[in-house]
Amino acid sequence: MAAELTCKELVELVTEYLDGALSLDELERFEEHLVYCAPCVTHVEQMRDTIRLVGAVREEDLDPVVADELLAAFRGWREDTA
Amino acid sequence: MGDEAAFVELVGRYGALMLQVARLYVPTRSVAEEVVQEAWLGVVKGIDRFEGRSSFKTWLLRILTNIAKTRGAREGRSVPFSALAQAELGAAEASVDPDSFIPRGERWASYWSSAPPRFDDLPEVRLMSAETVAVARDVIEALPEAQRTVITMRDMAGFAPEDVCEALDLSEGNQRVLLHRARSKVRRALEQHFEEADA
Repeated sequence: MAAELTCKELVELVTEYLDGALSLDELERFEEHLVYCAPCVTHVEQMRDTIRLVGAVREEDLDPVVADELLAAFRGWREDTA
Repeated sequence: MGDEAAFVELVGRYGALMLQVARLYVPTRSVAEEVVQEAWLGVVKGIDRFEGRSSFKTWLLRILTNIAKTRGAREGRSVPFSALAQAELGAAEASVDPDSFIPRGERWASYWSSAPPRFDDLPEVRLMSAETVAVARDVIEALPEAQRTVITMRDMAGFAPEDVCEALDLSEGNQRVLLHRARSKVRRALEQHFEEADA
């Protein structure tokens, strides 16, 4: 059995953990650490919150002029192929 | 795809996202808009060949990045993405300030020296407020380019890891390191933001 993960090691593995990319052995050590370490549970929770927040950053809207141009191009294409 | 209403709906849903991705490859917004337009025409012409083996979003990204890469190369993008990524990956970076951990040689070395400041327990309305989202956006804008690109595609645009690797010619591992560094910086900025707000 490999040595226990330290907190300092765990914080480097959070993205791998969330992506499901840890090996079975690493995953076991990661989850075992979380059982007894409340600060690391907090840290993982904060990484999840961070991801949700980044997801809430709004994308720049498509310029209406560009959207109109697209539609015009679409109509032109349809006429060509009709 | 002869249906104009369907086309308008798709442009509405994916247009802004495509523009954002195109911007990662070409120097100006107006060139990015041309790339998006060309990509949509590719979609319209190719939709009959779309077999649903990948998601529509993945397929769309492939068409878009192929056009954007060609265009980016022609416009003379100064440094290729792979070189940017390598430069950023070259130096080690800690996700959390090393001073947050008990130093080597002491009992419980590398465990937290004190519990990290909380913000995960804040009410949802405060955590997800426009002000907090603005903090995240500002940090992302200031990130080194490769990290900014990966977090934009993964966490803002919601693309799967394999799509991002393909679009950026990154290995899965390098993609994840860049993403982790980017997320860690946003997390630290949030921690600092809430500490200052509550001071």
